[in-house]
Amino acid sequence: MSLATIWAWFTDPANWQGTDGVPNRVLEHLLYTGLTLLIALVVAVPLGAWVGHSGRLRWLVTGANAARAIPTLGLLFAVSMFVGPLIQSDLAFVIPSITVLVLLAIPPLLSGTYAGIDSVEPAARDAARGMGMTGWQVLTKVEAPIALPLFLSGLRSATLQVIATATIAASVSLGGLGRYLIDGLASRDYVQMVCGSILVAVLALVADGLLALLEKRAVSPGISGRATRVARSRARNSDPHSEPDPDGADRSDPDSRQAAVVGSGSTGPVEATAATGTPSERDRP
Amino acid sequence: MIRFEGVTKRYADASGTDRGDGSVAVDDLTLEAPTGKITVLVGPSGCGKTTTLRMVNRMITPTSGTISIDGRDTASLDVAELRRGIGYVIQHAGLFPHRTVLDNVTTVPRLLGTDKRTARTRAMELIERVGLDPAMAKRYPAQLSGGQQQRVGVARALAADPPVMLMDEPFSAVDPVVREQLQNEFLRLQSDLGKTILFVTHDIDEAVKLGDQVAVLRVGGVLAQLDSPAKLLADPVDDFVAGFVGRDRGYRALSFAAAPELSLADEPTVSLGASADDVRAVGTPWVLCVGAAGEPLGWVRAAAVESEVTRTVLHRGGTVASTTGSLRALLDAALSSPSGRGVVADDDGRLVGTIRAAEVIPAIEARRDAVASQAPAEEATAR
Ligand SMILES: Nc1ncnc2c1ncn2[C@@H]1O[C@H](COP(=O)(O)OP(=O)(O)OP(=O)(O)O)[C@@H](O)[C@H]1O
Ligand SMILES: [Mg+2]
Repeated sequence: MSLATIWAWFTDPANWQGTDGVPNRVLEHLLYTGLTLLIALVVAVPLGAWVGHSGRLRWLVTGANAARAIPTLGLLFAVSMFVGPLIQSDLAFVIPSITVLVLLAIPPLLSGTYAGIDSVEPAARDAARGMGMTGWQVLTKVEAPIALPLFLSGLRSATLQVIATATIAASVSLGGLGRYLIDGLASRDYVQMVCGSILVAVLALVADGLLALLEKRAVSPGISGRATRVARSRARNSDPHSEPDPDGADRSDPDSRQAAVVGSGSTGPVEATAATGTPSERDRP
Repeated sequence: MIRFEGVTKRYADASGTDRGDGSVAVDDLTLEAPTGKITVLVGPSGCGKTTTLRMVNRMITPTSGTISIDGRDTASLDVAELRRGIGYVIQHAGLFPHRTVLDNVTTVPRLLGTDKRTARTRAMELIERVGLDPAMAKRYPAQLSGGQQQRVGVARALAADPPVMLMDEPFSAVDPVVREQLQNEFLRLQSDLGKTILFVTHDIDEAVKLGDQVAVLRVGGVLAQLDSPAKLLADPVDDFVAGFVGRDRGYRALSFAAAPELSLADEPTVSLGASADDVRAVGTPWVLCVGAAGEPLGWVRAAAVESEVTRTVLHRGGTVASTTGSLRALLDAALSSPSGRGVVADDDGRLVGTIRAAEVIPAIEARRDAVASQAPAEEATAR
């Protein structure tokens, strides 16, 4: 396998057409990712905001972070086995996949939102109330804009993870870029596997870049500097599990982010290999 | 006018049960903050000052009693409306970090529905008024010093032109020099605006300097004394107030006694650049040097002048009293002067004459006698 073969794969018009073509697979992948993030946001943002605002049930955030340690693929099969017999359509695969991805996306979103709201200085909140803002105005005019940078780094982290991990949907016969990995593995088409991985990585980088752009535009310059400091000192002062958001802590360090993409991007195929029960294949070049 | 009537605040016990008497933060407080005046709440830490202040805008709900503003019970008003009508300066400013100085200041007018342009124009005026460079309007709070942030906090509270202001240790986070500046600017502002102000501090000097009346609270939230600063210094009601008011109160009380018209001695002067011979010709060991407009610059020791009077040989220890100042300033000018003759200037800063401590003392004693003979009469009319 060489760069030339990879190039050939990408320039082959056959790979850009039909259900199995790149555009369709990317679209499917984005669909899973978008749906997952939407559901995760609906769950995590109000919850994280409430925990940050009230200071109650903080263990939820820590607990959710600990849940990141659950192996994704194992969970996927467990949920599939449980849900599968109950539903008689494609949904039997979609629901487990999305459930697992949502569970993956919730911890960073939850801790990002929580840490963001929690970073609002009590004095600012107090001043807002004292000046006659209603609860809703305090939330939208003061807490939300101050929480934004930490929330967005949670969102970036969640997006990266979901894009990378959405490949597992293919292992329960759904589409997305994971197909190239699963199908490539089955037919020992390693070029296809590598190209699939490249597509996942590119997609993740593009999404992250767009979010970075959004962050730059939406976050007030008055806090972007400060927020980084807060996140840094938090990351430094806590153990890795309760750390609100590792990517947030190192937002200014592109290397670590890139490493995260490549790292989690490659867990997909490796896990898939292990789970499909062909471990010996992995060792072959 | 803000009126407290039998106001008590009892916090629930740490256990959360509200049986027992919990901890009483404010105990049966009855107090009036008159319209257009500064009422200062002062007392040791934990005596309930902040609690008292925050009950006015209902950030804290009283356990019992009523608080009214201009005769209207605050409990009967819509809470957001009530707060928008009261300027609130919290400790450490509490600025919104994501908003520029300008947008911080326009907060309340915008909540009240003032259009952006009008709100901004007025905010710019206020920003200048509290002594900030207009160029700072575009900055974010993180780019300001502590003193500048406090000024923004004051401007923000003033923005909707509320008749009532609550200020909780607004000048506490800055060094003494900046604090004095802020206090002076605050007094100047208040003489223009005439707001009804409730001002919290734990610093008795600040209380005495700023207050038209001062309420001293003791721990447990009991009002110990409510009086004018002069009365407070001259006549503390008990040992607690006396101890809290502190040392040097006899001397400090002179701050509130206007300097009477005293006959001042003419002082021979020299200008910068005068020769050593000119200085010695005056005939006194210390000679006063004045500037071109007649403003006192400092004392010169005749023996120390080698060729001519330069700025470097000036002794700058002496303070300058104003003819319209206080007895305290007058006495201090005399005490701090190396020649023993206190320098007195008019309001434009031009030298009027000098006075010795020995000549100030009789004025102080005469005043005491006058106050002493007045006091019983006052009490009689009060009844
Ligand atoms: N939320 C609360 N719950 C219970 N007790 C409280 C609460 N807030 C204040 N207290 C208690 O009420 C008392 C008065 O508090 P307050 O904040 O009014 O004091 P303060 O005079 O402003 O003090 P400082 O000068 O230190 O700011 C203190 O003993 C304090 O411990
Ligand atoms: Mg206080």
